[in-house]
Amino acid sequence: MDLYEYQARDMFEKHGVPVLPGIVAETPAEARAAAEQLGGVVVVKAQVKVGGRGKAGGVKVAKTPEEAGAYAEAILGMDIKGHTVHRVMIAAGAAIAEEFYFSVLLDRAERRYLAMCSVEGGMEIEQLAVERPDALARVAVDPLVGIDQAKAYEIVDEARFPADLRDAVADVIQKLWAVYKNEDATLVEVNPLVRTEDGSIIALDGKVTLDANADFRHEDHAALEDKAAADPLEAKAKHMNLNYVKLDGSVGIIGNGAGLVMSTLDVVAYAGREFGGQKPANFLDIGGGASAEVMANGLDVILHDPQVKSVFVNVFGGITSCVAVADGIVGALEALGDKATKPLVVRLDGNAVEDGRAILAHANHPLVTIVETMDGAAAKAAELAAAAA
Amino acid sequence: MAIFLTAESKVIVQGMTGSEGMKHTQRMLASGTQVVGGVNPRKAGAEVEFPGDVLVPVYGTVAEAMAATGADVSVLFVPPPFTKAAVMEAVDAGMPLVVIITEGVPVADTAEFFAYAQSKGTRLIGPNCPGLITPGQSNVGITPANITGPGKIGLVSKSGTLTYQMMFELRDLGFSTCVGIGGDPIVGTTHIDCLEAFENDPDTAAIVMIGEIGGDAEERAAAYIKEHVTKPVVGYVAGFEAPEGKTMGHAGAIVSGSVGTAAAKKEALEAAGVRVGTTPSETAALMREILTAS
Repeated sequence: MDLYEYQARDMFEKHGVPVLPGIVAETPAEARAAAEQLGGVVVVKAQVKVGGRGKAGGVKVAKTPEEAGAYAEAILGMDIKGHTVHRVMIAAGAAIAEEFYFSVLLDRAERRYLAMCSVEGGMEIEQLAVERPDALARVAVDPLVGIDQAKAYEIVDEARFPADLRDAVADVIQKLWAVYKNEDATLVEVNPLVRTEDGSIIALDGKVTLDANADFRHEDHAALEDKAAADPLEAKAKHMNLNYVKLDGSVGIIGNGAGLVMSTLDVVAYAGREFGGQKPANFLDIGGGASAEVMANGLDVILHDPQVKSVFVNVFGGITSCVAVADGIVGALEALGDKATKPLVVRLDGNAVEDGRAILAHANHPLVTIVETMDGAAAKAAELAAAAA
Repeated sequence: MAIFLTAESKVIVQGMTGSEGMKHTQRMLASGTQVVGGVNPRKAGAEVEFPGDVLVPVYGTVAEAMAATGADVSVLFVPPPFTKAAVMEAVDAGMPLVVIITEGVPVADTAEFFAYAQSKGTRLIGPNCPGLITPGQSNVGITPANITGPGKIGLVSKSGTLTYQMMFELRDLGFSTCVGIGGDPIVGTTHIDCLEAFENDPDTAAIVMIGEIGGDAEERAAAYIKEHVTKPVVGYVAGFEAPEGKTMGHAGAIVSGSVGTAAAKKEALEAAGVRVGTTPSETAALMREILTAS
């Protein structure tokens, strides 16, 4: 899960990372009140989980509370790269002398962590890495050791910080490591890390990605989730413990196993080219060993998506029994009764396939078509979606 | 021969007495795997009965189980909060191969136990994987044993169900070993490790490599194939339709920026001389062509 900047700011503060005061606001009036409370010059910053908001006009310096309110009015509701701004953060202004860069993240390929640091902050890190690779220090971090004092100084020296800043920056880096480690993050990025004119080192902006697998040891992380921004169908699926991602096409997809479902999306899009460019409407993985109830819940979510014109159920029964899948389909259709109007194409293979197919054949539901191969079933589902469009 | 797992492999199950552990131990036994023990400190000394009058002893620690049975493989069905400690215990006991089926392990835990295992010379497979099967010899994990039999194809995949699908498509030809390496951002055994082992395995004639979006493991594997693999490799990549920034089921399956796209992986594999199928069945057809032509 990616955090908003204001959430990252709060998390930094909790672990002793120096940050500036900041207050989140959802209306211009709140923004104005926040600016009054902070006093002096403030920065109004759009809260979106995407880069490039400054260029898009989502960051403005306000000299008075009235100005802060006016900027908030302009920024709230703004669309930045497809993300609607629902909140702004009113942050205290700072007299910036220099901008630096720091991040620590998971290095998948090397199977450890990587710290990146530069005395040339402010620009996008991808750009810095390409244009000035020598200016970006890349230091491997052993997961069993982490960023201790020695490692922090190694990072600071590799990035060639001047001697008078070494201690202060190394200290902040160790505190940022505490955020990474203690919160189970997979990314902590500060861009820019700044030196103010009075000599303090401050994290002016922060990006944090948390590992959802570690939620069991962070009860407070659930509150960070942005429930309002989630797609309603995604929220419903999550509530049912289904692994669902909403997409834009017309063919609803249900399968078992992340790899097979991803593959099913591709095969449908591929087959869909023959039928006016039909595309998958969603990703839905019912997982291993799914019961009839899980199958029925999945079908329920998908049939409530108005964009769905046909449904493709693609199951290879490893642990999952095709009987459970067939029972789930029959049960869901019975429960829906006359409300079920969308055609279903079902392809079953593997564990108990004959029994599963027999259940569907016996039910003989007019909306259900059984196709034996994955490619053939994808083509049939795309054809039916095109016909219903 | 096969890779990593043979009929001689002696397997212990950490987490055997839990419901998943019981279910899959029974399946492993039924497919001929030598399951020689379970580990549970609270049930040490007990014996668990499985169908066919098979009694599997339970030991208090991995070290005790190894000393008593000569086990050289451990498979874990341990819930995520306890996985790290269980892997560390197996590594400390000197277990050569540890297969972690558990889904939902925090990646920081994996990073730590992987670094530890590497320093002690233990091979890890997983986490979040179906395990591995050498058909006709041994099956460690949750792969259905009845899909196909022994043959000359080696298979390595991030995904369980795509592994099963590919085994099914090529069931008449059979497989030397099928390894599900898992879909997490950090896994103990990579595509490259398996490619290297298959290249050196006299029983493997050709290799199917199944990848998916996220990370750059497939690109690295492509570079490795170009330099080191002489056997024919057929590839498949899932996730062309996955949008940027959305995790597709596996924790590792996420396209971030221009990194990790299916198109980039396919291109890298093809540039290395790997024939890449558009669908699983087309990929199987490519493999069939190679094996029946030779």
